[in-house]
Amino acid sequence: MMQDDLKKQPSRVDGRAKVTGKATYIAEFRFPELAYGYLVQSTIARGTIRDIETAEAEKQPGVVKILTHKNAAKLANPQADEDFGEKSRPFFALMTDRVLFSGQPVAVVIADTFEQARYAASLVKVSYNEEKPSTDIRDVMDKGFASGRPRPVRGTPDEAFAAADVKVDVEYSIPIEHHNAMEPHATVANWDGERLTVYDKTQGVTGVRNYLATNFGIDREKITVLSPFVGGAFGAALRPTPNTLLAVLAARETKRPVKVVYSRRQLATAHGYRPASIQKIKIGADKAGKLNSIIHEAVHNTSSHEDFSEDLVGISRTLYACPNVRTDAKITRTDLQTPLWMRAPGTVSGAFALESALDELSYKLKIDPLELRLINYAETDPDSGRPFSSKELRECYRQGAEKFGWKDRKPEPRSMRDGRFMVGYGLATGTWGAFLAPSSARVTLKADGTALVESGTTDIGPGTYTTISLIASRQLGLPLEKVTFKLGDSNLPAAPSQGGSITTASVGSAVQECAQIVQKELLSVESKREASPFSGVPFENVEFVDGSVRIKGRPETAMTIGEILSRNGLPEVTATHTTRPDFGERAKYATASHGAQFVEVKVDEDIGIVRVTRVVQATAAGRIINPKGAHSQEMGGVVWGIGMALMEHTEIDHRIGRIMNPNLAGYHVPVNADIGAIETIFVPEEDTIVNPLGAKGLGELGLVGIPAGIANAVYHATGIRVRDLPITPDKLVG
Amino acid sequence: MRPFAFKRAAAPADAAKLVAANKDARFIAGGTNLVDLMKEGIDRPNELVDISRLSLSVVRSLAGGGVSIGALARNTDTANHPLVKKDFPMLSQAILSGASPQIRNMATNGGNLMQRTRCSYFYDLGTPCNKRQPGSGCGAKDGLSRYSAIFGWSDSCVAVHPSDMCVALAALDAVVNVQSPDGRERKIKFTDFHRLPLNSPEKDNALNHGDLITSIDIPKNNFAANSYYLKIRDRSSYAFALVSVAAAVELDKGVIKQARIALGGVAHKPWRASEAERFLVGKKAEPGVFQQAAELTLRGAKPLSENKYKIKLAERAIARALRRAANV
Repeated sequence: MMQDDLKKQPSRVDGRAKVTGKATYIAEFRFPELAYGYLVQSTIARGTIRDIETAEAEKQPGVVKILTHKNAAKLANPQADEDFGEKSRPFFALMTDRVLFSGQPVAVVIADTFEQARYAASLVKVSYNEEKPSTDIRDVMDKGFASGRPRPVRGTPDEAFAAADVKVDVEYSIPIEHHNAMEPHATVANWDGERLTVYDKTQGVTGVRNYLATNFGIDREKITVLSPFVGGAFGAALRPTPNTLLAVLAARETKRPVKVVYSRRQLATAHGYRPASIQKIKIGADKAGKLNSIIHEAVHNTSSHEDFSEDLVGISRTLYACPNVRTDAKITRTDLQTPLWMRAPGTVSGAFALESALDELSYKLKIDPLELRLINYAETDPDSGRPFSSKELRECYRQGAEKFGWKDRKPEPRSMRDGRFMVGYGLATGTWGAFLAPSSARVTLKADGTALVESGTTDIGPGTYTTISLIASRQLGLPLEKVTFKLGDSNLPAAPSQGGSITTASVGSAVQECAQIVQKELLSVESKREASPFSGVPFENVEFVDGSVRIKGRPETAMTIGEILSRNGLPEVTATHTTRPDFGERAKYATASHGAQFVEVKVDEDIGIVRVTRVVQATAAGRIINPKGAHSQEMGGVVWGIGMALMEHTEIDHRIGRIMNPNLAGYHVPVNADIGAIETIFVPEEDTIVNPLGAKGLGELGLVGIPAGIANAVYHATGIRVRDLPITPDKLVG
Repeated sequence: MRPFAFKRAAAPADAAKLVAANKDARFIAGGTNLVDLMKEGIDRPNELVDISRLSLSVVRSLAGGGVSIGALARNTDTANHPLVKKDFPMLSQAILSGASPQIRNMATNGGNLMQRTRCSYFYDLGTPCNKRQPGSGCGAKDGLSRYSAIFGWSDSCVAVHPSDMCVALAALDAVVNVQSPDGRERKIKFTDFHRLPLNSPEKDNALNHGDLITSIDIPKNNFAANSYYLKIRDRSSYAFALVSVAAAVELDKGVIKQARIALGGVAHKPWRASEAERFLVGKKAEPGVFQQAAELTLRGAKPLSENKYKIKLAERAIARALRRAANV
């Protein structure tokens, strides 16, 4: 999107608060008499705790209490977590002497100050009965077992592959990656008699409330979970982390409010990560480029105690028209923390394999990679056979290619140069399901002409405060500044956790429908008032514009919302509403967003340096509600993809099962200097089926094709196909 | 971190005495490395002697040419000082390729020389490291060694020195001026300042406890027109070097009169390629010659399991840096 167009668009409603420090993040909250908890983490990856010596630490000034598995009160009702396997045995800190991963919390030191707690924590001595850990996926890939429900084989893929004119049979691997959000995981917990208030870094306040209620055996109504601002999460806060449990536990034990904040170094094992994966993919095609077989087999790691499974292979079932498809997904055990969803989970890993393999096929066929994708364009969803509710992918390819200048690409690898740099053009396709989850919202119109919108969702950075405010402001005909959106509070009408790119569609639909209910209520009240110009006027003939209500085509009937409320003697009018996906009509369609990514790299081949100089990201994701936010999301996807393609890698010493780069100096994410030009295109889609708003998710989509696009461009530039991410200088220098 | 006393020194000799009197005392100036080490419990001083207000931040010309840079001059100010930019542009380049602007604004020149390795085992109390805890073993040697040394390592340590600035100073034949606790002052050749790990990797350099760096002298040379600092890293900024090269040549009608080559990211200290320097003298400045110098330098390299790539990378980097320096 052009900068000039964007300038006219609304900015983040919480932008000023964020840049002036008025937005309060979890670790900044305090209560009187606050105590500080500091974690002690295991240094072994597998075994049992033999002993924990705390005497020396307990003697230190300011130390209030030290909790370990020996003295921590047991949970009332420890719950399995069905998202993590039928036999899920979630890890609860301090509830066992068993060590499941290196970096597992084994004690928490509570003291009057953070510094006292940290120092005393350094004096806690833990001894172990150590067992040999297994953390390298290469060692256990053959011990994989099926995950998820089995999926049918389409056609006869093995026979079709054997008979194919042109074949690709390759393996791709991706290392463990971590979310590395700016804000660390943190909890501040305060018991007030029976009532519990918890500030928690989370993507879902309702989920945390329910987690605490169940595990501690407390009524949900007695718990308030608050998360007003989240400094990035990307999936890392979709599941309660040990800090949440430990702060609540410590606050109960010490009868003081307690704050537990993970340090950057500790954070790498606070939560899960994108699992390490190995993918074998076979693609067969005829000479004209028509695909006749895709066989995609993936294995990724999970922990020793839970079955985390993400869908790497689903993309191979839906992205291209192909009569013969088999996918096979396995997981395998390692002595690491359980993996967790990380931006575009599964799909971006699968897309790296599928979209790289398709690129490899294009060179064998001598067919332009874009042409190859058009030849195999899926007009309907190949997996379900259903039509798409909307799919402007073809237009994404067209507009993206034109803006990028794809026609200037010379087909041969190593054929384009710019001085000492080898130039490469690469492309890839992205897709992400357009999901919808039940969501509730409350909308209140007030006599001062403002609206209060409330929903227990969170804003982990995509701009939910802004996007939802925009939806309400447009529906209610109010200027944006007259709308206040409140979120991040478990006492608000419940909304799903912010993950899977569902928030705008789900919460936005709830807010839009709820706002309409309030409008109807206001009209209904007013039309019953004597001599009201609105008497007998149907809702469809009324419009809400600039804070006023008027009969369409009769501006003289306009009354402000405040006027209507005061004439009817009402302080406000309010409604609460829950939107549920329409499983009738919607279920007849496949719903997904799509995108095409065009990448230019310049490679300093001699020394193995890759620069992503230009990316054009064309996106079809239904109606775009918040253009600036959408542009930011799609740029963010590119930046994330550059990290994934070129540098991100959680380094583990497999001899000891320990993460060795748990900090932002050692774990590389892109810096500003790594980022070149990024242009976004939004291809409009009119979609009345996907949800009432017609909007599809953007947060994950923009990442999906980027790593493959970059790897494909690197191949075009250098003739070197890197199938093992990240593409660091050593892999190109050889 | 361990509780500590905080003292402020009145003069360099005073500072040296204070630290010498307590084996657990450390100087502190910018604190960009020491404070991190203290937070992580890697260094646990019980006393800090603040030297940041001593008058050691001057950058000035030396009699007979050359420049003296104060130990407490900030990295940023040093890199941007007109004398440095004009006569020793390679030093400017090297400093500016390190860390981030915020860190360079705080970090001092003396501190840059004194910074500890970034080897991930050194930073992790849950792993063995002879540099952090002598006798505990080296985690990196048979572990994650992608960033480790290819020259001069020992069985006890394979860590590399992290500085960029020091690579340029090594190439420029700098001299470190030191105030000793006994009141004497002494000079240490830069190439002798940092040491190889041998059997005592806990000792990074030639200083004794309490010795205070006061300034660094860089003698006059004729390299300003033909020098280059090349740093290769995993991202464009804020990353330590996989390999870096400080390269300088003095040319006379295309013939090399003198050459200087130092490497970063390959050894426990900035690695001077003296043999290649001698080889280049009298040769024509041309790519083939530079390639030979590069190959010569890497001849003695001993890679570990994960850093064989550094040999080819360093070779190409040396050739590239020499070409850039000589403009050929």
